[in-house]
Amino acid sequence: MKRVKMFEYMGKELFRQFGLPVPLGKMVRSPEEAAAAAREIGAPVVVKSQVLSGKRGKAGGIKFADNPEEAKAATAELLGLTIQGLRVEALLVEEKLKIDKELYLSLTIDGAAKKPVLIASAQGGMEIEEVAAEHLVKMHIDPELGMQDFMARDVVRRMGIERTSPHSQELVTIIKTLYKILTEKDAELVEINPLVFSGDRVIAADAKVTIDEEALYRQPNLPQVAERTATEEAAHALGLSFVELDGDIGVMANGAGITMATLDTLTFYGGKPANFLDAGGGTGEEGTAKALELILSRNPKSIFINIFGGITRCDDVARAFASVKKKRGIPVPVVVRLVGTNQEEGRAILREVGIEAYDFMQEAAQKAVELAKS
Amino acid sequence: MAIIVDEHTNVIVQGISGKQGLFHTRQMLEYGTRIAAGTSASKAGSILEGVPVYDSVRAACEQHRIDASVIFIPAAGAKDAVLEALEAGVKVVAVITEHIPVHDEIAIVAYAKRRGATVIGPNTFGIVSSGKSKLGIPPNRFFVPGPVGVVARSGTLSYEIVGNLTAAGLGQSTVVGMGGDRVVGLTFVDVLQKFEEDPLTEAVVLIGEIGGNAEEEAAEYIKGMKKPVVAYLAGKSAPPGKRMGHAGAIVERGMGTYQGKVEALTAAGVKVASVPWEVTGLLKEVSVKPSR
Repeated sequence: MKRVKMFEYMGKELFRQFGLPVPLGKMVRSPEEAAAAAREIGAPVVVKSQVLSGKRGKAGGIKFADNPEEAKAATAELLGLTIQGLRVEALLVEEKLKIDKELYLSLTIDGAAKKPVLIASAQGGMEIEEVAAEHLVKMHIDPELGMQDFMARDVVRRMGIERTSPHSQELVTIIKTLYKILTEKDAELVEINPLVFSGDRVIAADAKVTIDEEALYRQPNLPQVAERTATEEAAHALGLSFVELDGDIGVMANGAGITMATLDTLTFYGGKPANFLDAGGGTGEEGTAKALELILSRNPKSIFINIFGGITRCDDVARAFASVKKKRGIPVPVVVRLVGTNQEEGRAILREVGIEAYDFMQEAAQKAVELAKS
Repeated sequence: MAIIVDEHTNVIVQGISGKQGLFHTRQMLEYGTRIAAGTSASKAGSILEGVPVYDSVRAACEQHRIDASVIFIPAAGAKDAVLEALEAGVKVVAVITEHIPVHDEIAIVAYAKRRGATVIGPNTFGIVSSGKSKLGIPPNRFFVPGPVGVVARSGTLSYEIVGNLTAAGLGQSTVVGMGGDRVVGLTFVDVLQKFEEDPLTEAVVLIGEIGGNAEEEAAEYIKGMKKPVVAYLAGKSAPPGKRMGHAGAIVERGMGTYQGKVEALTAAGVKVASVPWEVTGLLKEVSVKPSR
């Protein structure tokens, strides 16, 4: 499962659409916009950097302002700030809440349990990993049952909040709504930290939403933030899984596991892979050709293509390779290991462009390492 | 014997007329899989590769005994296809399809559990009981009968290791692909239990990878197993925080590290290979004899 994250302001907009209480606020991109937003919302306000990092508070990415002029100044300071390698390009100006109590609430997918899991705590505001186990409420949700009232009430009780308290019923509603967002929006994570008691109100003071990338086709209206580099993004668009690494041997394999094993093998022989590139299962000729171009864009000293064809057909890969070699030429030595579905056809095609494919990964890997060093 | 499927398993191919469905139906038939029927929206009523095609699993079940299904339906329709098979009473469903949304996978797995059925995958190469039956996409020639059970998270890496086993004269009882997604039907423990009970299986090869805690859970179970287990784990050289293709294959907050998994498995008596081709040697060390 791949994931697509959202900035806080996007998550809060989603919450608002589902009727979850969020602070009055506005996303801004300049000091002038911030001043106007502060005037509209009514000072005092809080100005929050929009970056995908949980540690922005500690990193100085959040400032308070008592009037529009201060909001303007705070925004000028925060814009362009880098928090954990992420540049601040947008801010959220929000009403400053009177905070009586901070809580934690999230729903995510537990792969081992094969179910959604709710995690809640009456001690919010800090990283949830730092909350002691005895203060955490954990509940797996039967997906065929969904989040029923009695389950949400049980969560609230276990959080230590009295049934008669003014916040109790509102919390039940929030828990049910959050589950609805998780399932209806194909989310992999919905997290509110902190969820605050402010007088009689219960408000989501933060919003973290991660959407399952595989479901984006049926969630066309969701905003999203890419976490990939430009090259990684280009690979993704082609259905390839690409990760940049530091070495000098270009790698292409088919399947995540064998690609990892290929990196391990090159490393075992003293080589340094330049990338992880899983060309996937059914990637045909065109995808393979694009994959080769991506690898070449990293200027490797040698290239190792390791194909064990199942759903991938060796002749498709060979044909793509031959066509790239003929059309644009490949300026570095290439080692190919090619076995599996249609391997004889594939090898014949490679032979025509002067490449003799290897049978075994270890021999081929050793050769690729040797060529990168020569 | 073998586990989950054997030479008597009657199979339906859902999505038989698509490019992948048809190609692999041919391959499965060549391997000896008993394919009784297929489904296709466009080719219902016809015969493809000698296999009668129906427009639904129920329609096929009225004419044939169906024990297992293999799914080649694209991701957007995969949940519907799996639920259809399960509802019709099919007890084993191998879901080859990749890119299925996780909430669909959760629904599939929950319903399968209620129906007492086994879901293999999603995003799996399938299952091969060597020499008997193949449900899925692995290349036929590398899978020969023998005493080694193989269970893996990853497809092509399994072919790699099975290819090495076969070259060394070590055949396989059954090779199971659990699938690369975060939510899948079978766990290592489910499969290890079946291998432990299978008289044909003498030793097990576990092929894992970094990320998650499936290998650690497997290690707990292996402590009580009588049969020897050899493992290979991919991702030793992977940098932390980088997702290596599979959803689960990422080391985050020190969880799911290579070292942690090796320690857990070693403590359970598992011999862990540091590169894929060491697996065969380690199997011979735990006294599995080549058959030729």
